[in-house]
Parts: sequence; structure tokens; C-alpha cells
Amino acid sequence: MLAPSPVPPEAVAVRDLRKRFGAAEVLRGVSLTAREGEVVAILGASGSGKSTFLRCLNLLEVPDAGEITVAGEAVRWRQRRGGRVPADRGQVDRLRARVGMVFQGFNLWSHRTVLENVIEAPVHVQGRERAECVAEAEALLAKVGIADKRHDYPAQLSGGQQQRAAIARALAMHPRVMLFDEPTSALDPERVGEVLAVMQALAEEGRTMLIVTHEVAFARDVAHRLVFLHEGRIEEDGPPAETIAAPRSDRLRQFLARCRIGVA
Amino acid sequence: MIDIAFLAESLRALAAGLPLTLGLTGGAVALGLVLAGLAAAGRLSGIAVLDGLARLYVFVFRGTPLLVQLFLIYYGLGQFRPDLQALGLWWFFREPYWCALLALTLNTGAYTAEIIRGGVLAVPHGAVLAGRACGMSRGLLLRRIVLPLAARQALPAYGNEVISVVKATSLASTITLLDLTGIAQKLIAQSFRALEVFVCAGAFYLAINLAIIGLVRLAETILAPDLRRPRPV
Ligand SMILES: Nc1ncnc2c1ncn2[C@@H]1O[C@H](COP(=O)(O)OP(=O)(O)OP(=O)(O)O)[C@@H](O)[C@H]1O
Ligand SMILES: [Mg+2]
Repeated sequence: MLAPSPVPPEAVAVRDLRKRFGAAEVLRGVSLTAREGEVVAILGASGSGKSTFLRCLNLLEVPDAGEITVAGEAVRWRQRRGGRVPADRGQVDRLRARVGMVFQGFNLWSHRTVLENVIEAPVHVQGRERAECVAEAEALLAKVGIADKRHDYPAQLSGGQQQRAAIARALAMHPRVMLFDEPTSALDPERVGEVLAVMQALAEEGRTMLIVTHEVAFARDVAHRLVFLHEGRIEEDGPPAETIAAPRSDRLRQFLARCRIGVA
Repeated sequence: MIDIAFLAESLRALAAGLPLTLGLTGGAVALGLVLAGLAAAGRLSGIAVLDGLARLYVFVFRGTPLLVQLFLIYYGLGQFRPDLQALGLWWFFREPYWCALLALTLNTGAYTAEIIRGGVLAVPHGAVLAGRACGMSRGLLLRRIVLPLAARQALPAYGNEVISVVKATSLASTITLLDLTGIAQKLIAQSFRALEVFVCAGAFYLAINLAIIGLVRLAETILAPDLRRPRPV
């Protein structure tokens, strides 16, 4: 090893991402770099393009323009009539396996038990040894606090438990980056805390996370950086506490005022 | 007035038609499922030509009576005997058994294609998204997520379809085949005792369908274990 580098390497780097749906330009040139271990909170009004941005990162949505690099590997593109597409499906699958995603609606596989949900991709996508995956899945489920639910089906769990199972499922792939798209928005208020606690624990162990959230207090306390998205552009990007205390843009000020009213 | 001895004799005579009825059912259901899988894949492929072909197939075979299809294949194609002989296909279309199997297969394939398509369309989008998000290839996604979820959705309707194939095999008797119904008609022509004979034939069909209902239920417990388990109240 050489001398340790002063800044950690880039986990994800996005340059000038653009995406339109028909006439609507949803992302208008978004650039963002997250270094390893960094926790980035992404705030923005409904329709500002937060979900679209996250989904572009693992190519669930194909951006019209812009570059995406995950763990040092840049997505390769190929021109096709009507736009560009990823050049190599294998690369896309590989990249997705390195990026864990947690959805607002959990999206667990209802025909599999919690444990089966967690080992599904490690066994079938990564081709790892089943016994090893089961042992690791059990440890992950214990970590998110639902070890006793491992043989239950998703429908038998509360929303908070399902979301924690979904987090365990994403972690089981050993992702380099975790993406969260409003992970607590579909939960009863009294269930929000248990999911945020798990996410905080992940942040503290140094995971790279991009979190779309409306939980301003969580963003302030846990994130290293706050990004405010407005109409497909990054309007602010800075340390959470300062940015929230003294927003530079009117947009963010209005947004935060509305959030506080919503919370109160 | 019911003649027990005659009933017993009818049952024994009808039992001889059982292999034919079961063979036609099993053959049509198995081949129809393959055909339906191809047609459903065509419908869902997003490729206009394949979609159009599958649509046409389903439209034609769902939109016309099975009896008409059967007569067209057996009697209608019989008019092209020289051509079929030239093509080396006459051995097939000469036999009422193959014609019945073909008509039943084409017919159930059309219905089953729609059942499969409905099941696939009912798979929650989030489940597919989650699969793609963890790097599943298309084949893996289909095998591990989409088809199992679609199968549970489609199973009740599919059970109905298998049962209607059992009943539809009785039409084979119209092209000289001696299945359960064919034998029943022969017995009635000899004895003029329609009630007893048809009661016996009906009992055979009921017994077959009872077994099918059992099999469907078994498939349900295998494919949908989470629905079987009682949820906490
Ligand atoms: N698949 C799609 N087809 C067409 N329009 C879309 C599609 N997905 C998103 N949009 C549009 O893009 C815009 C941004 O959507 P996006 O879901 O990224 O917003 P968001 O910031 O996540 O909002 P929310 O807070 O409500 O989740 C919206 O106007 C939406 O209607
Ligand atoms: Mg969203």
C-alpha cells in the first residue's frame, strides 16, 4: 500500500445527468459525487426528480445523457435510433448487484419467506454458497432486529419490519452503495423510528448511502451532506446542519417551511 | 326401477372409454400448455409481428366453437387428402384420435394463453423492479420471480380450464371415437336406457374432475405457501 489517500475514493460519480419523459424534462443536468462512507441526503419537492435520479443510478431508468461511474466502473453506452442504451447488459447487471436499493413500497417478494428474500440474489445472482448465504442472512436479520421473523412471509410482517427485511436483502449483496427512496414514507408514524435507527447504524459503520427522504431531522443528524433537488437541478449541496439552518435559496427555505408545517 | 345389475354392467363398459378420455385430456392439457406459453410470450414480447400472430390465434380459437374446429380438422381437411398425402401428413389427419387431440390442444391453448398473460400482468411491478435492482438477468427474473408469482395468480382460472378440457373431450365422440361419451351413446343405442347410462357416464366425469380439483389444490399449496399460512389477526 502507498500512503493513505487524504480523501476516500469515489463510490458513485454522476456527471451532467439528463432525463426526459416525453415533453417533460425531469433531470436537467445533475452532477453528484459520493465518496466512500459518505451519507448524502436528497431533499426535494414532489416531482422534482428525486426518484428518477436514484433510478438512473442503477439504470432502472436510462438517462438520456450524462455519465455514471460506480466503484470506478463507468457505464458504457451505445447509440441506438431514438437515443442511447447501455452497451452491455452484463455490465448493467453487475453494476446493479453493486448498488443496493430500498424502495418506498418495500417490494419484497411475497412468495418467499423473509430469509428466502434475503438469500435470493446472493445465491442466484452472485452464485455464492447457499449455506454461507443463509448464515450471513441470519446475521443481517438479527442486525436489523427481525431474526425471529425469518421464516415468515412478507404479508405477515408490519411495514417497519418489511422495510427492515428489504434493507437486509439489499445488504446481502455486499453493495458498494445503498440507495434509499423515501424508505419511511409508507410507514405508520410509530414505525418510522425503527427503520431510521437501522439506517443510522449503517451510516455509523461507514456505508455509502444516498437517501431520498422527507425526514429533515434525520438528514440533519445523520447525513454528511444535504442535496436539494428542484425541478431537475441541484439547487443546494452542502453540510446538512448549516444548509438547513441557513438555506441560501428561497426554494429550500420554502420547502423546509412546508416540511415543518407537515411535521407539526 | 333402477336396475343395479345393468348399472354395474354400464360402469364396466364405460370404463373401457376411460383411457381415451384421460389420454385426450392429458395430451391436450400438456401440449396446450406449451402452445399457450408460446402464445403468451408472443403477446407479451412487445414485438408487433409475434404479438399480432398470437392475437390472431387466440381470437380464432376462442371465437369459434370447438365442435366446428373439430369438424373442420377431421372432415374439412379430409377434402385435401391428396395434398396431405403429398406432404406426408395424411397418417395424422386420417386418424380421428389425432384430429381430436389437435383440436382440443389448439382450443385449450388459446384460452390458457390468456390465462397466462393475465397472470403475468398481475405480477406486482415492485417485485420485478426489486429483481432488476439486484442484478437479475431477464431469464432469472422470469424463472425466480415473474413465473412463480404469475402461476399462483393464474392457478384457479387454469384449474377451470383443465376441467373444461375434460368435458370437451366428449366431443371426440362426434368423430367416431369411443371415449366415455362415445361408449355411452353406443350403450343407449343398444339398450334404450339413457338415464342409467348417462348417470354412469356423468359419475366418471365427476370422478375425473374431483381428482383434478385435488391436484390443483395441491399445486396451490406448493406455489402459494404464504397464502396457505394463516395471517396473524
Ligand atoms: N415512467 C415515467 N413516465 C413518465 N413520467 C414520469 C415517469 N416517472 C416519473 N415521471 C415524471 O417525472 C417527474 C419526476 O418524478 P419523480 O418520481 O422522479 O419525482 P420525485 O421527486 O421522486 O417525487 P415524489 O416525492 O413524489 O416521489 C414527475 O413529474 C413524474 O410525473
Ligand atoms: Mg419519488
